[in-house]
Amino acid sequence: MMKLLTSLLVGLTFLSAPVYAQSGPLRLEIDEGIIEPMPFAVPSFVPDNPEAAQYAQDISRVIVSDLTGTGLFREISSDAFISRVSSFDAPVQFADWKAINAQALVTGAVNVSGKRLTVRFRVWDVFSGQELGNGLQFAGTTDGWRRMAHKVSDQVYSRITGEGAYFDSRVAFVSESGPKDQRRKRLAIMDYDGANVQYLTDSAAIVLAPRFSPTGDQLLYTSYETGQPRIYVLDVGRVKRQELKTQEGTMSFSPRFSPDGRSIVYSLTQGGNTDLWKMDLASGQSVRLTNTPAIETAPSYSPDGSRIVFESDRSGTPQLYIMPANGGEATRISFGQGRYGTPVWSPRGDLIAYTKQNKGRFHIGVMRTDGSEERLLTASFLDEGPTWSPNGRVIMFTRETQGASGRSTLYSVDISGRNLRPVRTPDGGSDPSWGPLQN
Amino acid sequence: MNLLSKVAAIGALTLIAACSNNDPSALGGGAGGSGTLVPGSPSDPRSPAYFQQTVGDRVLFLVDQSTLSPQAQTILQGQADWLLANPDFVAKIEGHADEQGTREYNLALGARRANAAREYLISRGVAGNRLTTVSYGKERPIEICSTEECYSKNRRAVTVLTGSTLG
Repeated sequence: MMKLLTSLLVGLTFLSAPVYAQSGPLRLEIDEGIIEPMPFAVPSFVPDNPEAAQYAQDISRVIVSDLTGTGLFREISSDAFISRVSSFDAPVQFADWKAINAQALVTGAVNVSGKRLTVRFRVWDVFSGQELGNGLQFAGTTDGWRRMAHKVSDQVYSRITGEGAYFDSRVAFVSESGPKDQRRKRLAIMDYDGANVQYLTDSAAIVLAPRFSPTGDQLLYTSYETGQPRIYVLDVGRVKRQELKTQEGTMSFSPRFSPDGRSIVYSLTQGGNTDLWKMDLASGQSVRLTNTPAIETAPSYSPDGSRIVFESDRSGTPQLYIMPANGGEATRISFGQGRYGTPVWSPRGDLIAYTKQNKGRFHIGVMRTDGSEERLLTASFLDEGPTWSPNGRVIMFTRETQGASGRSTLYSVDISGRNLRPVRTPDGGSDPSWGPLQN
Repeated sequence: MNLLSKVAAIGALTLIAACSNNDPSALGGGAGGSGTLVPGSPSDPRSPAYFQQTVGDRVLFLVDQSTLSPQAQTILQGQADWLLANPDFVAKIEGHADEQGTREYNLALGARRANAAREYLISRGVAGNRLTTVSYGKERPIEICSTEECYSKNRRAVTVLTGSTLG
């Protein structure tokens, strides 16, 4: 992994073109509901030196993949290009890009000096003939080239949509192989797009449901290492783990960090009954949050840390409830048909994503925090376990196929319900947890 | 692993003894010997293999339920009788769920089922300190089709004999 990625704002001197700080007319309003993706062109970035040639191609390819992967942008193939970009500083021939209907244009250059790689880029609004934002430069090590590509994509996405981005982020998940009755599970971490998979545990013990810490440097997960499900915390950088000592009980599972990272909320089973508890990480002290004969699990904090949404079958079937973060009276928010589980509060705070089971089908859905405006985004034999992208625009989840040859795959879908697509992983995948944008 | 191969221990003793060795969870399954009652074989009423195959090591549940059916209670009564007659054994009760349900909910549901079986055995006189539980949720199905026929066998609590001072 790349140690330090310095991101410098470089006022690239380009005397003939004024630098507009404000965003120009090129703007994609995502909330309007995009039907027609915006056409864009990324001519292969210009290598400053021969060592940079392959990186320049690869970085351009990843940027295109990031942008088209959102479903909001459509790549114009280089076959259609009229202009060639052979120098980063040469004036852009806007007429040539207008002619092929490219609305956005990303130009860039790559320099490699030893192990150091530098990427410079500009985003252009083709129809107004103006630069969108300032030219920017990212520098790091050559083995971090993908991250630099993602950082460029993040800038392009943010400048055009006006929203936060999510490409330079990682996903923790459970890598799965083998048939359903002998499934081998390993904890793994990868880039959001499935690249750079790194395994964090072997398959000796069943591992379940990792969750990132708010800063992304730790993971909580559940493992059968001792024979019983227990909660572990793992330092991602050092791949070093330790068991979190909870209250006495037959099992502890379903752990999630609070937004300030200082405590966790989890499920503890005692005498067959499962309740929610909260542990202060500094002192190791746990307090009980729920006390009912029902199953209470799958907690998730609101982004401000004041409330917890969770799953309980106290009404007879699993439904979603919200309670104060220190426990107390819970309010049921799910009232549609079927069973609701695995609620996850969006990073923006306005929506809750969940798994819904109804009439033999599974769905990933979203609703407002008062339970209104329920929308189902997916439907299949078995979809479960949503996790939010850092900007709250995309949801990743597990889809398991039916029958003896059934297999788990990670999928992502836009919160509009469009752009459903598998996330490529070397083996099967389940239980994704989408981490924060990296620094 | 097959579910409850209901082989009555009549006649073909050597054949049955050979079969029982395929089961990894059976303790002390003796090989060898012939003609007479083989210690540790399913014909030996004190053997884990007998417990598993003749008494019945598992009870099944309805969808999203942990209530013990009359049939399940009969099997558990047999388990309790066996455990009382064989005080050197301890048991771990594994609770399981079918794949219809979310992962963490099913873990909790498996725990409910294992606990229901444990409580029943205790109510029939088995000491609580001989009985532990573990839930596998939907992580360890024994049948892998996605129909009710398989699901009904996966919604189970299995009493696994985990230790004995006997060989």
